[in-house]
Amino acid sequence: MSAVAYEPVVGLEIHVQLSTRTKMFCGCEVSFGDPPNTHTCPVCLGLPGSLPVTNARAVHFGLMIGLALGCDIAERSLFHRKNYFYPDNPKGYQISQYDVPLCRGGHLGEVRIHRVHLEEDAAKLNHLGASGRIHGADRSWVDFNRCGTPLVEIVTEPDIRSAGQARDWLIVLRETLRQVGVSDVNMDEGSLRCDANVSVRPRGSGELGTKTELKNMNSFRFLERGIEKEIERQIGLLGSGYSVVQETLHFDPASERLTPLRSKEEAHDYRYFPEPDLVPLLVSESMLKAARAELPAELPAERAVRFENELGLSAARARLLAFRPELGEYFERALAHDVPGVDAATIANWIELLIERIGRDADPAESKVTPESLVALAAMVSSKAVSRDAARDVLTMLAEEGGDPQKIVEREGLGAISAAEDGLGELVDRAIASDPAAAEQVRSGNMRAIGPLVGYVMRETKGRADGGEVTRLIRERLG
Amino acid sequence: MSELLDLTAAAAAQRVRAGELDPGELFEAYRARAAAEDLNAFTWVAEGPPDKRARGDDPLGGVPIAVKDLFCTEGVPSQAGSRILEGYRPPYTATVVARLRDAGAPLLGKTNQDEFAMGSSNENSGFGPVVNPWDRSRVPGGSSGGSAAAVAAGLAPWAIGTDTGGSIRQPAALCGVVGLKPTYGACSRYGMIAFASSLDQAGPLTRDVSDAALLLSQMVGHDHCDSTSLEFEWDIAMPRAEHLKGVRLGVPEELVGSEGGVETGVRERFEETLELARRLGATIEACRLEHAPHALSAYYLIAPAEASANLARYDGVRYGLRVDGDADLISMYERTRSAGFGDEVKRRIMLGTYALSSGYYEAYYGTAQKVRTRISEDFREAFASFDFIVTPTSPWTAFELGSKTSDPLAMYLNDFCTVPMSLAGIPAISIPCGLSDGLPVGFQLAGPAFTESRLLDVAYALEQAIGFDGSAARLPDEVNT
Repeated sequence: MSAVAYEPVVGLEIHVQLSTRTKMFCGCEVSFGDPPNTHTCPVCLGLPGSLPVTNARAVHFGLMIGLALGCDIAERSLFHRKNYFYPDNPKGYQISQYDVPLCRGGHLGEVRIHRVHLEEDAAKLNHLGASGRIHGADRSWVDFNRCGTPLVEIVTEPDIRSAGQARDWLIVLRETLRQVGVSDVNMDEGSLRCDANVSVRPRGSGELGTKTELKNMNSFRFLERGIEKEIERQIGLLGSGYSVVQETLHFDPASERLTPLRSKEEAHDYRYFPEPDLVPLLVSESMLKAARAELPAELPAERAVRFENELGLSAARARLLAFRPELGEYFERALAHDVPGVDAATIANWIELLIERIGRDADPAESKVTPESLVALAAMVSSKAVSRDAARDVLTMLAEEGGDPQKIVEREGLGAISAAEDGLGELVDRAIASDPAAAEQVRSGNMRAIGPLVGYVMRETKGRADGGEVTRLIRERLG
Repeated sequence: MSELLDLTAAAAAQRVRAGELDPGELFEAYRARAAAEDLNAFTWVAEGPPDKRARGDDPLGGVPIAVKDLFCTEGVPSQAGSRILEGYRPPYTATVVARLRDAGAPLLGKTNQDEFAMGSSNENSGFGPVVNPWDRSRVPGGSSGGSAAAVAAGLAPWAIGTDTGGSIRQPAALCGVVGLKPTYGACSRYGMIAFASSLDQAGPLTRDVSDAALLLSQMVGHDHCDSTSLEFEWDIAMPRAEHLKGVRLGVPEELVGSEGGVETGVRERFEETLELARRLGATIEACRLEHAPHALSAYYLIAPAEASANLARYDGVRYGLRVDGDADLISMYERTRSAGFGDEVKRRIMLGTYALSSGYYEAYYGTAQKVRTRISEDFREAFASFDFIVTPTSPWTAFELGSKTSDPLAMYLNDFCTVPMSLAGIPAISIPCGLSDGLPVGFQLAGPAFTESRLLDVAYALEQAIGFDGSAARLPDEVNT
């Protein structure tokens, strides 16, 4: 077998439907799920003689995205015609941006942005027939409601090195776009769509391998699976002495198979040329100012960096809190109580425990647990007034009934049992007596065997004993 | 009718406004003539009077207008001279047509044209050629040949057409009427079925310069539906110049010199007109438009390139002709477009597709755009020393039907003197300047962008001096009644 270790190289192309009121080049309403062909006009139907007029709001949203991603904004950019025949494309060309896009450069987290440009969406094709695709369809119909919906295309540099990273990064991007407020970013409804360019190369190589383009990965999971499958396939090919063919692959989520798109659907010379029906897109200082003014004060990626670097959260937890604004908000409110002995990481940990109890998608601010009572509970743990295990039960009760954690502890008799009082030492002795085999193992140095002994004490105290203290007492006796 | 027929459109509008003429009677008189015509100038004629009667203060006085087929008119066939759009009735009306209607010029009919405005003889129409009312064995010019012939023959008081490389001016010249191509952006293109978007412009075809001024004054102005249209800030008054004192006319050697291949009779009328201008006080000198001889080559890359994209929408999916394929998409496309487009349209789609193709784009389309820039610069330089550039509109008079159809390059030479102005986006007018062997000759004046008002004024002074009589082309009333 080949000893070569391969490194995946992935770049993403993301299409984002902008949530403007009207379409990119006409006054028709942007809609989803309405009866077919109810939001159309001569322009978005491509009727003879009709002309496009650029939607200023879409440009504004494009600028907001460019600024949020730290791009260079072009003072003057151009629309081009991208020519191809297809029934979803009523003019025979799509108006897009080509060599002079609205935004270039920038980055989001560790991934650099190549470009961001404006364009129009195609109509939606529905195919009647078993395949659900145009090949083999008995009949196809076209719904022009979607045609002309403003799109922003975001193209990354090939900076992604794994399927998981692609998925995680897309989640950050989605959250960023959601908080910028320019799109519904709903992958199910197609307002966020992602294609991936995938290649592999020998680890350490500076050159890019032959890439394939993956389409139709319309969920985060499918994106990850699709890329994983393609990386495996390419490594398999190269490892057996074959080479990768540059092609576009369609991902079938059900079978997780990647099938090449037929060349007739694909191979194109798009014959781009500047759209003569539109004047160059000029961006003034006042347009930039207006776009800047509408951006949130802190974007998710910035917030995650702050949570990680300034508050000492783990990267994963920083992202969890930063990418869900309601969690971040709750976290910052809890943090504001500033209780000694309760640091940011502890609060973050308790928030994660809280959302396990109220449902992963719920907003903790709408639960019965106030940030203040959550911090109070954390403080009781850190002062050893209540054990960690008992506190978890208290949190469950808090989430169900609300109230003051101190009172719940008192009511339920869950206050911590300490070594000095309450006979904790006696309980430890009983634990050792009840399981001589485990005790013997601990005595001979196998610390893993301590678990059943600690468990005995915790059971007997209904979790009120402090696990650390119990461990200390057992080791004292068996050391 | 003959009395009505003698009135120019502006004079008829004046009478309507003065309460001396019933606009309904005027409409019906022309409607009947248009419905009975045998020049093949119309593809559709109104069946009855307009829904809305002219008001006393309408600037265009209810004087009906013939409109080139490629302007979209709601509920009325708008086929751009193409079988691929046969029977197509758009759900909306072009801005320019709507403006004229609102200013009191109701739609009389739609006029025949070369298919998608591609042609200089009207022989490329999917609905048969138009014949020239001066001589029915000859072409009316094109592509706005139906509009030019209708005005010349008195089938319409006035008309509008479109000019991409000469499609208003050349047929105006060949039919002995006035034709004006405005500055690019002066008139909205919304609702004009596109040929070449960066060149297409609507403009009037009229019996005289005053009619052109009146019609143009109601056509211009920014339209929020056309991003390339501009606010027209200059008042277009009725022209009244009586002399040309201080007016400097430049005669470009590259277009008028022996290289241009101007016919003798045309050259004679042109020289005579220059002499009239001189007598009216103008100074006339040779000028240079160094890159003008390359204009046709650049034009025949840029216009087909844009057309290749503009005509992609005629695919049989949504409207117009569809010829079914072998149960697959590609063969439906191929059969529909093969059956629906004429030879010249196919030729230009292929030329344009080639010019834009990967690997050829820079050499063809890119170079053509550079030439276009140079031509604009040539005009700018020339206008530093001259107020207007003058040329014969067409190198020759109306030619025999069929005489150039087998030689596309000879046909393209029709636009030798008109294409440079189109590429530069500047206004140009053609006025009749006499006859050669009984056929009209056109005299072209071109000015800097947005000088339409002065251009019309100068053209008016010349027109008065020339005293052209176009009545010989007007079909006698009895033929039509």
